Amino acid sequence: MIPAEFAYHRAESLDDAIEALGRDPDAKLLAGGHSLIPALRLRIARPSVLVDVGRLEDLRYVRDDGDRIAIGALTRHAQLAADPVLGHGCAVVARAAALVGDPQVRHRGTIGGSVAHADPASDLPTVLLALDASLVARGPDGERTIPLSSFFIGPFTTALAAREVLTEIRIPKVDRGVYLKHTRRAQDWATVGVAAVVADGTTHVALASMGPTPVRARAVEDALANGAGAAEAAARAGEGTEPPSDVSGSGEYRAHLAQVYVRRALEQL
Amino acid sequence: MSILGNRVVRLEDRRFLRGEGRYVENLDLEGALSVTFVRSPLAHARVNGVDISAALELPNVQVFTGADVDAHPFGPPPHWHITTGMERPLVARDVARFAGDIVAVVVSEDRASGLDASELVIVDYDPLPAALSVEEAVKDDVLLFPALGSNVANRGGADDLDDRLFDECEIVVSGVLVSQRMVAAPLEPRSAAAVVGDDGRLTLWATSQTPHTGKMVVAGLLGLEPAQVRVVSPDVGGGFGAKMVEPEAVLVAWLARRLGRPVRWTETRSENMLGLPHGRGQRLSYTLGGTRAGKLLAYRLEVLGDGGAYPALGAYLPNLTALMANAVYAIPKVETRTVSVVTNTTPTTSIRGAGRPEAAQAIERAIDRFAAEAELDPAEVRRANFIAKDAFPYATPTGATYDSGDYDGALDLVLRSAGYEELREEQRRRRAEGSVVELGIGLAAYVEISNPVGEAEFGEVEITEDGGAILRTGSHSHGQGHETTFAMIAAERLGLPVERVIVHRGDTDDVPKGTGTFGSKSTQIGGVAGRVAADAVVERATALAADYLEAAAADVLLDVESGSFRVADAPTPSLSWAELASKASADGRLGELRAAHEFQAPPTFPFGCHLAVVEVDTDTGKVVLVRFVAVDDAGTLINPLVADGQVHGGIAFGVGQALFEEVVYEEDGYPLTGTFVGYGFPSAAELPSYERIEMVTPTPNNPIGVKGIGESGTVGSTPAVVNAVVDALAPYGVRDIAMPCNGENVWKALREARG
Amino acid sequence: MTNVALTVNGERREADVEPRQLLVYFLRDQLGLKGTNVGCDTSSCGACTVLVDGESVKSCTVLAVQADGSDVTTIEGLAAGDDLHPVQQAFHEQHGLQCGFCTPGFVMATVSLLRESPSPSESEIRQALEGNLCRCTGYHNIVRAVEAAAKAGA
Repeated sequence: MIPAEFAYHRAESLDDAIEALGRDPDAKLLAGGHSLIPALRLRIARPSVLVDVGRLEDLRYVRDDGDRIAIGALTRHAQLAADPVLGHGCAVVARAAALVGDPQVRHRGTIGGSVAHADPASDLPTVLLALDASLVARGPDGERTIPLSSFFIGPFTTALAAREVLTEIRIPKVDRGVYLKHTRRAQDWATVGVAAVVADGTTHVALASMGPTPVRARAVEDALANGAGAAEAAARAGEGTEPPSDVSGSGEYRAHLAQVYVRRALEQL
Repeated sequence: MSILGNRVVRLEDRRFLRGEGRYVENLDLEGALSVTFVRSPLAHARVNGVDISAALELPNVQVFTGADVDAHPFGPPPHWHITTGMERPLVARDVARFAGDIVAVVVSEDRASGLDASELVIVDYDPLPAALSVEEAVKDDVLLFPALGSNVANRGGADDLDDRLFDECEIVVSGVLVSQRMVAAPLEPRSAAAVVGDDGRLTLWATSQTPHTGKMVVAGLLGLEPAQVRVVSPDVGGGFGAKMVEPEAVLVAWLARRLGRPVRWTETRSENMLGLPHGRGQRLSYTLGGTRAGKLLAYRLEVLGDGGAYPALGAYLPNLTALMANAVYAIPKVETRTVSVVTNTTPTTSIRGAGRPEAAQAIERAIDRFAAEAELDPAEVRRANFIAKDAFPYATPTGATYDSGDYDGALDLVLRSAGYEELREEQRRRRAEGSVVELGIGLAAYVEISNPVGEAEFGEVEITEDGGAILRTGSHSHGQGHETTFAMIAAERLGLPVERVIVHRGDTDDVPKGTGTFGSKSTQIGGVAGRVAADAVVERATALAADYLEAAAADVLLDVESGSFRVADAPTPSLSWAELASKASADGRLGELRAAHEFQAPPTFPFGCHLAVVEVDTDTGKVVLVRFVAVDDAGTLINPLVADGQVHGGIAFGVGQALFEEVVYEEDGYPLTGTFVGYGFPSAAELPSYERIEMVTPTPNNPIGVKGIGESGTVGSTPAVVNAVVDALAPYGVRDIAMPCNGENVWKALREARG
Repeated sequence: MTNVALTVNGERREADVEPRQLLVYFLRDQLGLKGTNVGCDTSSCGACTVLVDGESVKSCTVLAVQADGSDVTTIEGLAAGDDLHPVQQAFHEQHGLQCGFCTPGFVMATVSLLRESPSPSESEIRQALEGNLCRCTGYHNIVRAVEAAAKAGA
C-alpha cells in the first residue's frame, strides 16, 4: 500500500538529526527503513516527518576496540555478516545478521534500526541482549551509554528519549556463541529465537519471541551457574516468560520450542 | 519430423524477461481516474449508513455507495444449483457479510489520494454474530440470509445413507480430514480498467482467465447488449482458478459508464487476500472398509463445504469432489453426500484442482489408515485395488467415465524411480538408531478430471499475407505457455516454423468466442480446435494451390517438412506458404485461407503417483520435504518443457497446503493470515527439486491424445506429503495429523500419541 | 515535494517526488519503467527487486528520496539492445518463468547473488532466493536457471 503523507528531512549531521527530531514530536528517524517502511505502507505508523539519517556514513563501521567491538548504528546486516573483525571476534553476531530477513533486507536494514525498533521477535537485539551489549545514544543534552539490559521496555518501546539517536553498539569479544532460530519459512520472523554465549566464563541465554521484549533466560542461567547440565537447565527456559500466541504458534508451543532450542544451543556452545 | 514432443523454449518469454509484460496495471490509460474500494472490516454487520462527507472534502474525490449502483447482483449460474436468494450485490447495502465485502467505492485522481479518502469514509456498522466455520454455520443459529431460514447453499449425493454399507467389511476405518481454506495468491494482484469509446462501446481490461465469460457477465449485470462490450485480458500474472469475473471489475466498468471517463483499479495484496475468492475449505468425513487381506469393499464420503458469504463455484465443488471420490480404486460400493453452507468469510471458488485435490486427500488418507489397521504395506493395498489397465473406459459408481489409465504402471514407475526399498531401509536404520529426525515416506496415487464439464473451445487459423499464421483461441494463457504449445500444434499441421504461428488470445473483439483457461482443459479442447482449424486451412490451401499449380486438388499435397504445396511425386513446381499467400492476396482470395472450429470433448482423466520423503524433527515438529518423486501422466506431451513446469508448479501448490498454508480467522472474523507475512506461501528455501518421471497414456477423446496437466501435480502432492509425515511418526502411535502437517500440528499429534 | 536525482539504467534522471513515494512507484509511474512489479504489501515477495548501487533491494521498501544520488538498475537495464543478459537468457532456456510477474524480481535477485557468490550450490541458491516468491513454477526451473547462469559465468 501507499503510506499516509509525511514531510521529509535529510539529516546532514547527527546534530542536525537531533535538532530535527526536536522540532516535531511526531517525527521518526529513518535509517535502513526495513522496519519503518513496512509499517508506513500498512499505515500502522503515521509520523509527521521522517528524519533520514541514512547518509551519515560515519555511523557505519565495525571497529576492533581491544576487548570489545564497536559497531556503528547504521551498519547494515549484510556488512555485519561479512565483516572480518566481527567474524573473528564475535562471530555469533555476524551469523545472526546473516539470518535476518532475506538478502534484499540485509542489504538495507541496519543494526541500529533493528535495535531501536525493538520488535520482540528480532534476531540481533536478542543476541545483543545475551552479550550484555551497551548502546551509545546522542541527544540534545549530549551522549550517554545505555546498557541493553535496561533498553527494551515493551514491544516496540525502548529507553531512547524522543530526541535521541542511537549511534553505537558495543559488544564484548566472545569465543563461543550460538544463535538458533525456529521459523516456518526461511524469511519469517523467529517463532522462537535462542542466543547463547559464553562471556567471562558465564553462559548467557536470551530469547526472541518469548515475551513483549527479547528476554534473558535467567532461570536457565542460574541453573547452569549451579552446575546443571544442558537438558536440565533448558527445562527452565520458559520461566519468567510470556510467550505470545499468534499465527506462528501458540504460547504453549513456543514455550516448548524454547526448551528444545535452549538445550540445542547449550549443547552446541 | 514432428515438433510435438520436443522441449521448445517459449516464444512469449522475451517480453516477460525484458520487463515488457502487458499486465493491466502497466496499461497506459490517459486521464484515468483511480478507484479504491472501502471494505467491511467486520465479518457480519448491518450497514446503517455511510458518511462520505469527510472523504468528499479531499479534492476531486467522489464516493458511491450501494444505493448509487444500479446494477444487477452477482448470481451463480443455474447449473451449479446454488440456493436462490444468496446473490451478491456489487456493493453491500444493508448488510456486510464478510470482512472484505465492498461497502463504498471511492474515485480519485490517483491511488494515494484514493487511499487517503477511503480512510475518511465513515461507515456506521452494527456488528452481528458471525458464523465463521462450517460447523457453526450448519447449525443455522446465525443466518446470513434470514429470509431463507437456512445457511445451506447446495446439496448433493445420497439423501439417506445406507447403514449396512460396511456390513461385510472386516476392517473399517473412518476419520475427518479438513482440507483447509487456502488462497490462490497469484503474484499479480487484480487490476481492472475501463473506458467508454466515442462509439459508446465499453472496453474493460481485466486480470481474468475468462474474458468472454466476463463480457457476458458485465453485459448482463449492467444491462448492456453484449456487442456493446469488449473485454481484454492481456498478460495476467497467474490465476490458479481464482481470477474469473468479480464484482470489482464489474464496478470499474459501471464507473466508466457512469462517469464518462476512463477509470482504473489495482488492488493491494492485503485486499487480494480478502477480496480474491478463496479455495478448498471442505470438511471431509470418510469411511473405508474392506477385508483383512486388503480388498476394499465400500467407501463413504461426506463433504461439508464452505461457500463463503456469497456462494458460487466454491459451493458447487463438493459435487466434483464426490464425483472423484473413489479415485483410482475399483471399490464396489461408493456412497457420497455433500452439503455446502454459507459462512461470514470470503466467498470460495475453484483454486488449482478445484474439488479434486480434496477427494484425493480423503481417500489417500483413508487408504494409509486402512493399510496401517490391516498391517499391510500401503503400496500393496493400493496395487491390490487399482482399476485394471484393461478396464477402460471405466464407469465409476459415482457417475464418471474414466477414459484411459495405467495406475499400476504409475505406481511401479514411482517406486522404482524413488528406490522405495532403499528408502524403507534408510527409515529402518534411523529408527534403530533412535534418531530425533525421523524419515517419512508417503505415497499417493491419484486420478483427476480435466475439462470437467466437457466444454467446447474455439480455434481459428488465418494465414497472413506474408505466409505466416495467426491462431485465435478462446483459451487464455496466464503462465501455461499456450502461445508456444498451441503454436506448435498448428505449426505441425501447417508445416510452418513454430515462430511463424502467432497465437492471439484474450481480446473478445479479436477472438469471437471462448471459455477461457481453467480446469486444465485448454490444450485438449483449445489446442485441438486449433489443430482442426489448421487442418481445414490446409485443405483449403491445397485446393487454392491446386488452382495455381493447375492440377487437381486430389493430386496436390502439403509437404510439411518444407512447408510448401506441390503435386505428389513432383518436387517442383511448388508454392511455399509465403508464395501462396502472396498470390492469394493479390487475387483477393487470402480470406479463403482462414477456418475456425469449435472442438468439444468429454472430460479426460490424467493420473499419476507421487512419493514424498520428509524429515520430521520429533522435538520441534518441523517438517522438511527432502525429496519428491512424481509420475504424472497426462497423455500425449506437446512440449515436455512446459509440461514439466506445470507439474512443478502444481506440486509446490499442493505441498503448500500440506505443510505451510491455511487461512485463519480471528474470532472477529478478520483473517490473521491477511498478508504474505502471516500466510505461509513457501519460497524456494522451503522446497526441494522435484524428480518428474514422464509417462504417456493417450486419451481416445481427442485426435492428439492429450489430457490436461495443469492441476495434476497439486492433486497428488498434498496427500503424498501428509502420508509421509504420518508415516514418519507411526512408531510413536500417531495415526493422523491435521494440515498443515508441520510445526505445532505435528508437535500436538506427537504429544497426544505419547500421552 | 523533494527533488531527487539518480542514475537509472545508466541515464541520469531527475524529478520532484512526494516524500511518501516508494521507489517502485517512482520507477513505474514517473519514469515509465513498468517492468518492476508490486506483488505484496509486506516486503515479502520480492517482485519489486532492483539493484541499488549494485545490490539487490526491494524497491517497495525504499523511498524514492532515499535513492537520491544512487545508481539504480531495473530489469529494463539488463539487456544490451536485443541481446538478453546471461541471467535472462538462462531463465529463458531453463523455462524459469511462466506468468512472468515475479520474473524481473528473480532476475535482479539472481544478478546480485551471482555477483556476491559466483558459484553457489543448490542449497545456497534456494536460501538466497528466500525473499522472492513465485506461485507458478514451484522454483525448480528457477534454480536450474540460476545454476545455468552461474555456469555461463553470469
